[in-house]
Amino acid sequence: MSILVNKDTKVIVQGFTGKEGSFHAEQCLAYGTKIVGGVTPNKGGTEHLGQPVFNTVKEAVKTTGATVSMIFVPPAFVADAVMEAADAGIELAVIITEGAPVRDMQAAKAYATKHSMKTIGPNCPGIITADECKIGIMPGMIFKKGNIGLISKSGTLTYEGANQVVKQGFGISTAVGIGGDPIIGLSYKQLLAMFEADPETHAIVMIGEIGGDLEIQAAAYIKEHITKPVVAFIAGQTAPKGKRMGHAGAIVSGGAGTAAEKMAALEAAGVKVVVSPADIGKAVAEVLKK
Amino acid sequence: MNIHEYQAKQIFAKYGVPTPKGLMAESVEQAVENAKILGGPVWVVKAQIHAGGRGLGGGVKLARSIEEVEKLSREILGMTLITHQTGPEGKLVQKLYIEDGADIKDELYLGVVLDRAREMPVIMASTEGGMAIEDVAHDTPEKIIKIAVDPAIGFQGFHGRELVFGLGITDPDEQKKLISFASKLYKLYIENDAEMIEINPLVKTGSGEFLALDGKMGFDDSALGRHPDIAAMRDISEEDADEREAAQYGLSYISLDGEIGCMVNGAGLAMGTMDTINYMGGTPANFLDVGGSANAQTVAKGFEIILKNPKVKAIFVNIFGGIVRCDRIANGILEATKLVDVHVPVIVRLDGTNAPEAAEILRNANIANVIAATDLADGAAKAVAAAKQAK
Repeated sequence: MSILVNKDTKVIVQGFTGKEGSFHAEQCLAYGTKIVGGVTPNKGGTEHLGQPVFNTVKEAVKTTGATVSMIFVPPAFVADAVMEAADAGIELAVIITEGAPVRDMQAAKAYATKHSMKTIGPNCPGIITADECKIGIMPGMIFKKGNIGLISKSGTLTYEGANQVVKQGFGISTAVGIGGDPIIGLSYKQLLAMFEADPETHAIVMIGEIGGDLEIQAAAYIKEHITKPVVAFIAGQTAPKGKRMGHAGAIVSGGAGTAAEKMAALEAAGVKVVVSPADIGKAVAEVLKK
Repeated sequence: MNIHEYQAKQIFAKYGVPTPKGLMAESVEQAVENAKILGGPVWVVKAQIHAGGRGLGGGVKLARSIEEVEKLSREILGMTLITHQTGPEGKLVQKLYIEDGADIKDELYLGVVLDRAREMPVIMASTEGGMAIEDVAHDTPEKIIKIAVDPAIGFQGFHGRELVFGLGITDPDEQKKLISFASKLYKLYIENDAEMIEINPLVKTGSGEFLALDGKMGFDDSALGRHPDIAAMRDISEEDADEREAAQYGLSYISLDGEIGCMVNGAGLAMGTMDTINYMGGTPANFLDVGGSANAQTVAKGFEIILKNPKVKAIFVNIFGGIVRCDRIANGILEATKLVDVHVPVIVRLDGTNAPEAAEILRNANIANVIAATDLADGAAKAVAAAKQAK
């Protein structure tokens, strides 16, 4: 078991033949992900990386039976691609592209929700179920198989967290990079629920950052619904107010969305909160010993 | 991206959102000229900087004669204005806005921002105009009305009714005017991919008209490509020179006031590195995300920008190599030290793909200033120690 994706998940790539799409699709194939085709308009009927290319997502889904799409199209076309996937009956879209306009994502997410399509991202490393399926840009070799679920807004902190978990002798069930944009798809709350229900996951690491209140919502949810131990780190305790820290959504505005308030809420919900990301691995070992 | 008040008001005017008449000036002579064109009898001389709180800081003043416009313009133009949003260093005033004085009866607040939880824009309004909205939100949150408007349906009649009844406006003519005002504001928010609009204060005049007395707008950087007219409003003199230079090289840089320079790949890990340095008793000098590539050129540029800050006593390079292998990054760092004269200790932590090979490369290079670290905690500890030793 794992969450959302596994060795049988059939994946297509939107923006398959572009530079980024090609490079990362190849890495995913090498990891063992079942990429069954891709979509690039006007290249339908050709073959790329040994897989068929289609003009539309509808065609790709009809022919391959894919349920998940990995999206690499340029920022201005992300909303279109997400809506096309939803319209074609895709169940989960993983949006890697960085820099999609916020207004576009509002419309795209609302449309995806209407079609019951889940989304991850945009501007994220993707999702990986260790040793089974990698859909995204993360280095697969870090994610040794195990029983820790990981949810993170940040790409490299996902790798840092996973690496520490592995160094402590544990491993990862599924890791999800949810992205740090103002509007994102699946968030802590939904993913926490999935990890809670997954028998293979014994503990959860959640990595957040300043800006917005998703971590506060997560804290309230954990308090009510999560029985598995949770370790959390919130990046940006030393970030100045009113400055955007790299991610479009990582900004403390009007005094709200600080690391301190998020850490306090999580702690109050019984989460083991670490002050430095260097302590994530140790904290996991600690909560599992209890 | 943020713009000036005078620019926001140009956009307001385009959409029919009423504002007092005004003209921008870059010299005292031009300010006087503008005042003559406007005709008076009362003018407001306003400093144009990208920060709120200008009035309290002494950057907005009333003039009752052309001579007074000249005197005040001379005072304000070229001054360094310090407000609660500029930081203690303040901001140099390089532009003025000369505006018709308004007959103020009531001051309101009206804004549009993205509500991240509801995933749609929300109109915020309050009867407490003219005050810092953060304070109103903190002290009397019940005095702020929030109306989420789904872009799929746009601004509807009921949104307007919620707004005017919420603000206690009972005169039908005034209701109509304010609803029209808000609906135009929402339209321009959506059509221009704004991130936030704030009108504080929005005034009701003695004759029952509503006017945007102030105007603040910020835009979604990711959408500027489709708004060349807005992109052209960018005033680079309002931005931090180092941050701007870094951005040209694909680096995301923000200066802080500590002693340990940081160079990290990924925004989250970059913040996490600052937090760890702080946790271990050091102080971060900056946030710097070198992005996914981290090659010799970007690393060299990073060193250059970090070292412009004379307070920096040590640099902590913290890279988690994923798809880009650590051995390549190690070579990039060594090359960068040849391109830039790095005169402070550089602590390098490379983890991830091919980390042992990278450590070997750094060891063999045997550069006096380069200290290898095994993990994040080790690197931060070594950086803090190096900075302390340098004192």
